[in-house]
Amino acid sequence: MQELDIIDEHEGLSLVCEKPDTLKDARMHYCPGCGHGVAHRIIMEAVAELGIQEKTIGVAPVGCSVFAYHYMNIDMQEAAHGRATAVATGIKRVLPDQYVFTYQGDGDLAAIGTAETIHTVNRGENIMIVFINNAIYGMTGGQMAPTTLFGQKTSTSPYGRAQEFNGYPLRITEMLAMLPGAFYVTRQAVNTPGNVRKAKKAILNGFKYQELKKGTSFIEIVSNCPTNWGLTPVKSNEWLVENMLPAYPLGDIKLPSKEDLIHA
Amino acid sequence: MGELRLMKGNEALAEASIRAGMDAYFGYPITPQSEVLEYLTREAYQRTGATILQAESEVASINMLYGAGGAGGRVMTSSSSPGISLMQEGISYIAGSQIPCLIVNVNRGGPGLGTIQPSQGDYFQSVKGGGHGDYRLIVLAPATVQEMADFVLDGFLLAEKYRNPVLILTDGALGQMMEKVELRDQVDRSVRPVPAWATVGKPDSRPANVLTSLFIQPEEMEQVNIALQKKYAEIEAAEVKYQTVHMEDADMVLVAYGLSARISRKAMELCRANGMKVGLIRPITLWPYPYQVIRDAAKQAKGFLTVEMNAGQMVEDVRLAVNGQRPVEHYGRMGGIIPTPEEIVSVLERMYASAS
Repeated sequence: MQELDIIDEHEGLSLVCEKPDTLKDARMHYCPGCGHGVAHRIIMEAVAELGIQEKTIGVAPVGCSVFAYHYMNIDMQEAAHGRATAVATGIKRVLPDQYVFTYQGDGDLAAIGTAETIHTVNRGENIMIVFINNAIYGMTGGQMAPTTLFGQKTSTSPYGRAQEFNGYPLRITEMLAMLPGAFYVTRQAVNTPGNVRKAKKAILNGFKYQELKKGTSFIEIVSNCPTNWGLTPVKSNEWLVENMLPAYPLGDIKLPSKEDLIHA
Repeated sequence: MGELRLMKGNEALAEASIRAGMDAYFGYPITPQSEVLEYLTREAYQRTGATILQAESEVASINMLYGAGGAGGRVMTSSSSPGISLMQEGISYIAGSQIPCLIVNVNRGGPGLGTIQPSQGDYFQSVKGGGHGDYRLIVLAPATVQEMADFVLDGFLLAEKYRNPVLILTDGALGQMMEKVELRDQVDRSVRPVPAWATVGKPDSRPANVLTSLFIQPEEMEQVNIALQKKYAEIEAAEVKYQTVHMEDADMVLVAYGLSARISRKAMELCRANGMKVGLIRPITLWPYPYQVIRDAAKQAKGFLTVEMNAGQMVEDVRLAVNGQRPVEHYGRMGGIIPTPEEIVSVLERMYASAS
């Protein structure tokens, strides 16, 4: 990874924003306009603000974010495709007082890893699952995902996703919210500054709720994939608003009650 | 002397894992090893606080093992052949990320769903790879219920010494049979230090620990492989284990492991009573394999016979060791059938006849 020159001081200027030391000095490999960079940053800002770098372990499985450990300055394990929540379960069971999270794409979490996802949430593992949904397989070059929308063209649905061939877009977040082990379930996005702030608040909750040991926090982040959607970064965010958000509406799906938020 | 008990092999193994100070076990029911999970859920947490988790599949089990072992835990899973097949991807990742752990295969007959009866049909899978890529497991083959117990702590220590997964390859008969076993004392879980490489949370004093098997630049991936091969060479030089019986004057050599070795020993005794100088080499580590003792035996013996509960798998390693100097034959039963000593004796008689 290439080191960046960090400018420490400028005469007459005051520092209003800086990179948290929970992010490494590495240039990200993500495509221009991709939501991963923002999502990484808000998770690491949350770790820094909560002061839990020493107590946090992340799991990054196969997908575009498999190299998350190049950027997140915390202890991390890379996981096999789909198995992030099983790996996180293993970590959390050995280190029950640490903060553990997974960072998974739609193919990983909602296709190949469906069984692990459902059973981890159903056990109510005290971890945070961050689910990046951009309705496409990014790393392998734009194939159809379980969350690909009807009519959406990908390299393996070249005429657009059709129910008779490909089944329905999977709203796994709503499905998981039905499980009693799910403590906090929300769907956020990082397409506007306002949404980024809301998403970060959800991430902060996802970390803090682990202290209660009452179940799984599941945070979907609806994101974009300018490269494989074949759009500019700006156009991809417009497409996200017009197409993704109607299918995957933003907002909290399951919130802890006031009693739930009391320490046991 | 440790505590003496009459136990099933599977239960002795489970009891030994508790006493070895195991931190976590992840498993899924499958015959003929379900007693391991049953015993542990009944006993372990109550006695030592260890995590015992019934996973949703063997795929989940092995990946939980990856996470828990990577977090510095002393961890184990067990299964039987079809379940071990499901774990192969995870085992390859564990070997690539160099995470110590113990995997137990109570081998049953295959292929496919096969049978629940004992078999040694998973030899190739255990010692030649199983999953993808160039990696090795340290493979221990118990032949008694005592060894089912002893190889648990031995296996954990080998795994931790080399940061490598260890496999105990046993079979449905050893898992189910009852024998006297002397149990070791309880290891205190709290005294084992946290390994420096483990992902437990990054303090300011060190860089972040990362466990991965992904090195996308081929030059880097090659260096990782070279380092792994160096480690495997060290294991081959230091950890070969075997037992020999009556090899001092043997002119015909039985080579067998696990249950087959016990039956072969009986066959050897029957032969000796009839004046046939038969010896036995029992590999205890199936990888690293005891090639040298077989190579040495080839200098005086007239021939070799491997006895396996399969179609002839380990015989290939014996042939590699003998390297064409002597005839090497295989006798085996498949599909869950256990060979009898008399069957083995008749093969040896035929080999003697053709050798003279």
